[in-house]
Amino acid sequence: MPIDTDTRDFIKVESVEMSFATKKGSFHALREIDLSVAKGEFVTLIGHSGCGKSTLLNLIAGLIKPSSGVLLCDKREIAEPGPERGVVFQNHSLLPWLTCFDNVLLAVESVFGGRETKKKLMQRTDEALQMVGMGHAMDKRPHEISGGMKQRVGIARALAMEPKVLLLDEPFGALDALTRAKLQDELLKIVARTKSTVVMVTHDVDEAVLLSDRIVMMTNGPAATIGEILPVTLPRPRDRVALAEDAAYVHCRKAVLDFLYRRQAHVEPALA
Amino acid sequence: MVSAVFHSPLDARGTPVHTAHAPHSVRPELVEGPAQARQGLPSFDKLRTIGNASSGRTGLGPARHARVRAPRTPIDTRAIWLAVLPPAIGFALLVGVWALLTKSGGAFPTPAETFAAAVKLFADPFYDKGPNDQGIGWNILFSLERVGVGFGLAALVGIPLGFVIGRFTFIARMVNPLISLLRPVSPLAWLPIGLLVFKAANPAAIWTIFICSIWPMVINTAVGVQRVPQDYLNVARVLKLSEWKVITKILLPAVLPYMLTGVRLSVGTAWLVIVAAEMLTGGVGIGFWVWDEWNNLNVKHILIAIFVIGIVGLLLEQLLVGIARRFSYAD
Repeated sequence: MPIDTDTRDFIKVESVEMSFATKKGSFHALREIDLSVAKGEFVTLIGHSGCGKSTLLNLIAGLIKPSSGVLLCDKREIAEPGPERGVVFQNHSLLPWLTCFDNVLLAVESVFGGRETKKKLMQRTDEALQMVGMGHAMDKRPHEISGGMKQRVGIARALAMEPKVLLLDEPFGALDALTRAKLQDELLKIVARTKSTVVMVTHDVDEAVLLSDRIVMMTNGPAATIGEILPVTLPRPRDRVALAEDAAYVHCRKAVLDFLYRRQAHVEPALA
Repeated sequence: MVSAVFHSPLDARGTPVHTAHAPHSVRPELVEGPAQARQGLPSFDKLRTIGNASSGRTGLGPARHARVRAPRTPIDTRAIWLAVLPPAIGFALLVGVWALLTKSGGAFPTPAETFAAAVKLFADPFYDKGPNDQGIGWNILFSLERVGVGFGLAALVGIPLGFVIGRFTFIARMVNPLISLLRPVSPLAWLPIGLLVFKAANPAAIWTIFICSIWPMVINTAVGVQRVPQDYLNVARVLKLSEWKVITKILLPAVLPYMLTGVRLSVGTAWLVIVAAEMLTGGVGIGFWVWDEWNNLNVKHILIAIFVIGIVGLLLEQLLVGIARRFSYAD
């Protein structure tokens, strides 16, 4: 086996099907999902709401199990959630009774607690919060800070675990456009520095093109699947202002828009 | 709850001068006001520039900064009046109607007579002339002791039971019909069972308190556990928290507000039940005292007892509301 496949198939999703049991019977959410994510790659999942992109992310996170098919991360089957796959949740999910520092420390302790001294754990927590620019608000509780700040702490919590993969579920969806742009830029810098592998769910076309190496476009549900994968070959570091008139950027953006609003504009008749 | 801890609305409007309010912030320009947060300027760098710009413009050095005080909120006398006046009017109306109705005389005492009796009664609340004649202070304390023991036992059993019911669906389905069946039963119906089992009045009264005050704690704790947001449990799974950490860092804090509501309702019930139970079991206690005064046909004392029972119940409630507020958190 060539060494290359190890890094190319860092995350591997093989013929995954997902059905949920509902009161009205079984709901076929995802069908025939095959996807590989290379080490250090930034992949976004995009599609209309209800297309199962968050479901796919939860599958990779191990929060839910597929009805059939296999998911691998670093050649090991994903059977349950684990700290090697750090998740940033859509609504930040910080524990409201803990300070920002303690929220991150909780994650650090559970990953490194057995091996390192308390001092080292506090230092890791401190570094993670500094990295996302939240060093000034460590002792605040989540309700005392803004939505963008909460999401930064959520990212810090995921990063502090030194995950092999960072999974982001519409992390900036609830933020205003300016804050979102700022956090996107910071995420790009952090990912460039930490060389993280990232899978991110989004419904924002610009966000997908700006951040990704590849954009996975999903068809409408039920029984959604991967419709098309668009490689984004724009050089990094990327600058949003310069890219606004870049031909390749505009082309990518158009391709995604075309997929979302021409070919997947209407909900397809149920295939299940 | 908004971040009232840090800011009054006044200082959010101004430039960031927060030294008096931010206990741990090293640099005053780092503190963000809620108004700015709402306008979508959470960007930390942006705030820093605002802070720097303002201090540059006004020429405030760090030394000056320390002396600047945030403007104090003026005392709102109107709000105080609105808080005090309506209850006072309500109380005056009650006493007024009472005085009008008793003006013509009869068995029912007037407010003035009752007040005079109360003054006499509370002049010596802790006298002791044998088991059937003790001061009102003793009666209240004995009742509170029974409530404390019965309620304490109920909390000891009810809260863990609520956790188990909330955590395991099977047990919830097993126990829920029983709870629905037993919960509406009147406290007095439990008393004979207590007398039968314990063969003494005092434990029977405590038993009645126990069985009547356990349900709100069981039910509220169980509901609290069931309503722990799935997000938090997902966080626990992703972080691979140990079972102990899940309980101490996620379940307990998340359930605590529900639990305290249950405790508050339970104490209310316990205090309701004690009067009825003591009327039947006798001994020293406010309920027995009411019955004793009825036998003496001392209606003034009965009226005083009603006020006393109400006030003690109110104080218990306020105490627990205070505790609940202390332990509740904002999302």
